[in-house]
Amino acid sequence: MSARPKVLGFNALLVVASILAAGPLLWMISASFMRPGEANSSPPPLLPSDPTLEHYRALFTSLNLGRYFLNSLGVAVGGTLLAVLITAMAGYAFAKLRFRGRDSLFKALLAGMVIPGQVAMLPMFILLREMGLINTLFGAMVPVLAPIYGIFLVRQYALSIPDDLLDAARLDGASELRIFRSVVLPAITPVLATLGVFTFLSAWNDFMWPLIVLSDDSHYTLPVALANLAGEHVQDVELMMGGAVVTVLPVFLAFLFLQRHYIQGIMAGSVKG
Amino acid sequence: MIREEGRAEARAGWGFVTPALLLIGVFFAIPVVSAFVLSFTDFDIYSIGDLGSTRFIGLKNYRDLAAMPLFWTALKNTVYFVVVGGPLSAAVSLAAAMAVNSKLTRFKPFFRSAFFAPWVTTLVAVALVWRYIYHPQYGLLNALLGLVGIGPIDWLGNPHTAMPSIIILSVWKNFGYNMLVFLAGLQSIPEELYEAASLDGAGGWHRFRHITLPMLGPTFVFVGVVTMIASFQIFSEPYVMTQGGPLKSTTTLVLLMYEQGFRWWRLGLSASIAVVLFLLTLAGTLLLRLRRSETR
Repeated sequence: MSARPKVLGFNALLVVASILAAGPLLWMISASFMRPGEANSSPPPLLPSDPTLEHYRALFTSLNLGRYFLNSLGVAVGGTLLAVLITAMAGYAFAKLRFRGRDSLFKALLAGMVIPGQVAMLPMFILLREMGLINTLFGAMVPVLAPIYGIFLVRQYALSIPDDLLDAARLDGASELRIFRSVVLPAITPVLATLGVFTFLSAWNDFMWPLIVLSDDSHYTLPVALANLAGEHVQDVELMMGGAVVTVLPVFLAFLFLQRHYIQGIMAGSVKG
Repeated sequence: MIREEGRAEARAGWGFVTPALLLIGVFFAIPVVSAFVLSFTDFDIYSIGDLGSTRFIGLKNYRDLAAMPLFWTALKNTVYFVVVGGPLSAAVSLAAAMAVNSKLTRFKPFFRSAFFAPWVTTLVAVALVWRYIYHPQYGLLNALLGLVGIGPIDWLGNPHTAMPSIIILSVWKNFGYNMLVFLAGLQSIPEELYEAASLDGAGGWHRFRHITLPMLGPTFVFVGVVTMIASFQIFSEPYVMTQGGPLKSTTTLVLLMYEQGFRWWRLGLSASIAVVLFLLTLAGTLLLRLRRSETR
C-alpha cells in the first residue's frame, strides 16, 4: 500500500473528528443568529436562513447581560491579578528563601490538593455570611485567590533561578522586596502568564460557588445568570444560544490568542506527574 | 553578618508566604475542618439566624443519610459517572493524543487546538447547547441518528439514557486536557524503542501494548487521579441539563449536597454528604497510588 492514500484517509478522519469536536460550538454560534423558533423545526437547520441580531439586542437591553458581563469580568480580572501576585510571592519563597518549617509546610499544602473544594463550601458560606461578604464580587473570587497548584507551579519554575544571582543582589544591599521585584519577577514571568490564563479561565467559568454566594440578581456572574435565564426561557433556543456565545466568547478569544500558554502549561505541569 | 542576612531572608520568606497561607487557612483549611464539625451538628435555617442555637447531635446526620434512599441513589449515580465516564474520557484522550502525535498527521497544531477547544469553554453555556442537541424532536443528535434509521430517543428524558448523555457531554468537554497530558507523555518516549521493536518485526498493536502503554504508566496515574477527583465533584451538568432527573437518575452527591444545604438549609446533613465525598476521593486516590506502586 502506498503512503499517500493512507495519509489522506487518516487526515480526513481527523477532519471529521475535529468537526465533531467543534460542532456543538459552531451550532451554538449559528443558532444564535436564527429567527425566533427557527431552530425548533425538523430537521434542525444548520445555518440561519435570514440572520438576525435581535437576540443579542434583547440580551444586552431587556435581559441586562451587560451587567453580568461586567460582574464576571470583575471577578475574573480581580481574582487573577490578586492570585498571580500572591502565588508568585509564595512560590518564590518556597523555592528560594530559607526559613524554618518551609519544607514541611509545603508538603502539607500539597497534601491539601486532593481535598475537593466543595467540602469547604458549606462552612465557607457561613463564614462569609458572618463577614458580610455574601453578594460581593470579592466573595465570589475567594476560591481562586491562592491556588495550591499555582504555588506548586511557580515553585518548580523558580527553582531554576541561580542562587548566585540572588546573593549578588543581596551583596549589593538590595532588600528582599527589591530582589523580588527586579530579579525574581522578570525571571518567572513565563510561568506567571501560564498561571494567569488558567486562573482567569477557572474564575470566569466557575459556577457552583458564585451560585451559592451571589443570591442577589444584580451581582450574578454570567454562568449564574445564564443558568437562571435558561429556567425562564426554556423554549427560546436562539436567545439562549446568544447568551451562551456571550459567556463563552471571552475565554475562547483568550484561548485563541494565548493558546501557547495553555498548551505549554498543561504539558509541562504533567510530565513529572 | 551571615547570621543577620539569614535572619532577614527567613523574615522575608515568612512575609512572602503569609498572604497565601492566610487565604488558604481562612478560606480552605479551616472550612474543611469545620465541615467535619458541622456534620455532627443540627445546623439548619434557625442556626443561620442565631449561630448559638446549634447543637451537637453525634452521628445522627450520618444515620439519617444512611436511611435516605435518595442518598444511595446519588451515591450510585456518582460512582456510575466516575467509573464509566473516567475511563471513557481517558481512552478518548489517549486516542486523540496518539492521532495528533502520529507521523501521518498533517497540520498537527490545528488538530491539537480543535480538540482542546471544548475544554476552555464555560460548562454552563455548553451544557445548554447540549440540552438542545439532545432535544427529542428538534435535536441535532436525533436528526443525525435518524439518517441511519435509529428512532428518536428522549436522551435527557429517559432515566436509562440521561446519565450516559451527561457522560458524553462531559467527555466531549474535558478530553482535550488529558489529551495534552498524554501528548506530553508520548513525546517523552524515546523513538529508538519503537525503531528497535520494528526491526524485531513488532506490529502496531504489539508496539502499543508493550512500549506505549508501559511507558505511559506514570501519566496514567496522573490522569486517573486528576480525572477521578474532578468526576466525583460533578454538579453543573445535571444542575443545568436535568435538575437531577428524570426519576432522580442524574442526582449526584454534590447536587444532593447543594440541595440539602442551600435549598433546604440543612447544613449539618449537607456537611455529612461533603464528608462522604471527601472520604470517597481519598479512598480513590489511595487506591490508584497503591496500584501504581504494585505495578512498578
